[in-house]
Amino acid sequence: MARFIVRRLAGMAIVLFAVSVIVFLVFNVIPNYNPAEALAGKNATPTLVKNTEEEWGFDKSLPTQYVTMMKKVFNGELTQYSPRIPVDERIAEGIPATLSLSIGAAVIWLFFGLLLGYIGAVRAGGALDKFITGFAVAGISIPVFLLAPVLIYFLTYKLEIFPSSGYVGLTEEPWEWFTHLILPWFTVAILSIGFYSRVLRSNMLDVMNEDYVRTARAKGLSERKVMTRHVLRNSLIPIVTLFGLDFGATVAGTAILTESFFNVEGVGLYAAESIGKLELPPIMGVTLYGAFFVVLVNALVDIAYAYLDPRVRLGASAQ
Amino acid sequence: MSAEPILSVNDLRVGFATEGGLLQAVDGVSFELQSGEVLAIVGESGSGKSVTAQTIMGLTRSKNSRIEGSVTLEGEELVEASDATLRRLRGDRIAMVFQDPMTSFNPVYRIGRQIAEAMRAHRGDVSKQAGRARAIELFEAVGIPEAERRIDDYPHEFSGGMRQRAMIAMALALEPEVLIADEPTTALDVTIQAQILRLLGNLNRERGLATILITHDLGVVAEVADRVLVMYAGKVVEEGTLDELFYDPQHPYTWGLMGSLTRLDRPRPKRLPQISGAPPSLLDLPQGCSFRPRCPHEFAECSRVPGLEARQDEAPGHRDRCWLSAEQKRAKREVEGRIGLEAPAP
Repeated sequence: MARFIVRRLAGMAIVLFAVSVIVFLVFNVIPNYNPAEALAGKNATPTLVKNTEEEWGFDKSLPTQYVTMMKKVFNGELTQYSPRIPVDERIAEGIPATLSLSIGAAVIWLFFGLLLGYIGAVRAGGALDKFITGFAVAGISIPVFLLAPVLIYFLTYKLEIFPSSGYVGLTEEPWEWFTHLILPWFTVAILSIGFYSRVLRSNMLDVMNEDYVRTARAKGLSERKVMTRHVLRNSLIPIVTLFGLDFGATVAGTAILTESFFNVEGVGLYAAESIGKLELPPIMGVTLYGAFFVVLVNALVDIAYAYLDPRVRLGASAQ
Repeated sequence: MSAEPILSVNDLRVGFATEGGLLQAVDGVSFELQSGEVLAIVGESGSGKSVTAQTIMGLTRSKNSRIEGSVTLEGEELVEASDATLRRLRGDRIAMVFQDPMTSFNPVYRIGRQIAEAMRAHRGDVSKQAGRARAIELFEAVGIPEAERRIDDYPHEFSGGMRQRAMIAMALALEPEVLIADEPTTALDVTIQAQILRLLGNLNRERGLATILITHDLGVVAEVADRVLVMYAGKVVEEGTLDELFYDPQHPYTWGLMGSLTRLDRPRPKRLPQISGAPPSLLDLPQGCSFRPRCPHEFAECSRVPGLEARQDEAPGHRDRCWLSAEQKRAKREVEGRIGLEAPAP
């Protein structure tokens, strides 16, 4: 197990390195863009621009520039252009909001996704199944940039059920935190609810044809136990993979749009602002933070996998 | 034969609604299983032998299946019984061993736990320790070495033969009266097959366990069966004791099965004989005898369905579905000095 974890950590480091190189290179091929000018701020004197250029080594070769930037990343010296605030501070400020949004949404999509998938599989072909399928397809098809404004318009402005945009800290006012996040949560979750319910349903229908399910019935287990202990349990294994990918991606990126619409002051909103202003340091910081989460969650999924499927456990320890 | 059969199946008919119409997988099957008896049901794929077995257990019940006729276990009717009643019987009084031991265990649970699960499904008061102890005892009974350790293994850590032993151990957990083994040796090596058959034979003798053995392998039948049922296209075409069937087969289909066996005690034939043609589609059966299109001895009478009848006075339990007279059969089944089905006229 220790070897397995070490291998995973090494893999994480390689992925993060690759991501940082790619982001860095992308910024160097943007046309008509002088990072020193942007970094020096508006109305900067040519001297200031020159100084900035030297500080960041923009006149040096690309590998040197990359090393300079990564040094700043690791020393916490990465600062956004204006106002000059360290990037890691801004990210740290945004993390509670982003995690509140992502974790809450994940809980919602897992709960409803699995519930609807299970019902759909058990009632396959029935009216309820068809209704769930319709809902799922709609959920998958509605883009965030349509769903978010529609929800805000009807539920916040027209009916005034939910408070308008913003984020309230969980420790400050738990109830406000909750009501402010309901709409963003569902906006993020609705796609995954549809998707997960479809995937679970089809997994379960496949597993129902397995020989061991027939064995379970032949043992005289009740239908509910056959469904939960044998069918559902084995159908969840692929869902865990999916969840690892989706949760990492939600923390890292999916929240960008939703945070922007609902003005949730998280890392996603910060990323959106930085992209708008073409500021390399925050984008580098935010991207590395996102990549870190994706890779971390995937490593956790691999470990969960070993717990769920003993055949994987054997494979890992045999190596 | 003893008076009261433990299991009796009467005119069982199982049909499945398919896009092509009603598929009659089992068409009027009747038989009785005495306690302590091994009954073999023989037939090729699609003959309805597995469906018959699964229907006895209530495993073919679904929206798309039509089940008629009667199955009684010690007088209790099963075809009409509620799902809950059948569930209580399954695993407790009738247990089943399946064909493929590689896929018949759930890969994510330990074998011992799966055996204990079968016990707890029927005896809620079985404690964890008691379930485990019983599972170890069963492992020893079916000849799994190091039972104490292997009970905590996962299915993928067992070989095929060991898994089938474990499967049999699980089936025996609650001491059922009837064991249905659906091609229990088909997926195994020949040497392992013999071990598993010996195990089934021992269980039958020592515990008086009434067994239905489903197979397409006459070699397996010869090894353990007391009585044999030959099925073709959903119908029983011949029924008799092991000796009757092997030494005096009445139905041309049985001759064909016999003829296609390799025998080590006979000169080697140039070509291994086979029954020409393929079994008919169950959605489009020939008129009359279902075997007619493949039978070289077909004659005018065969356009009517022959009944399953005893056709020789001296063997009232030996019944078949063939219009030929006993003398004709004796003459026609000799092919090159042994029982067989001659190739149809070109």
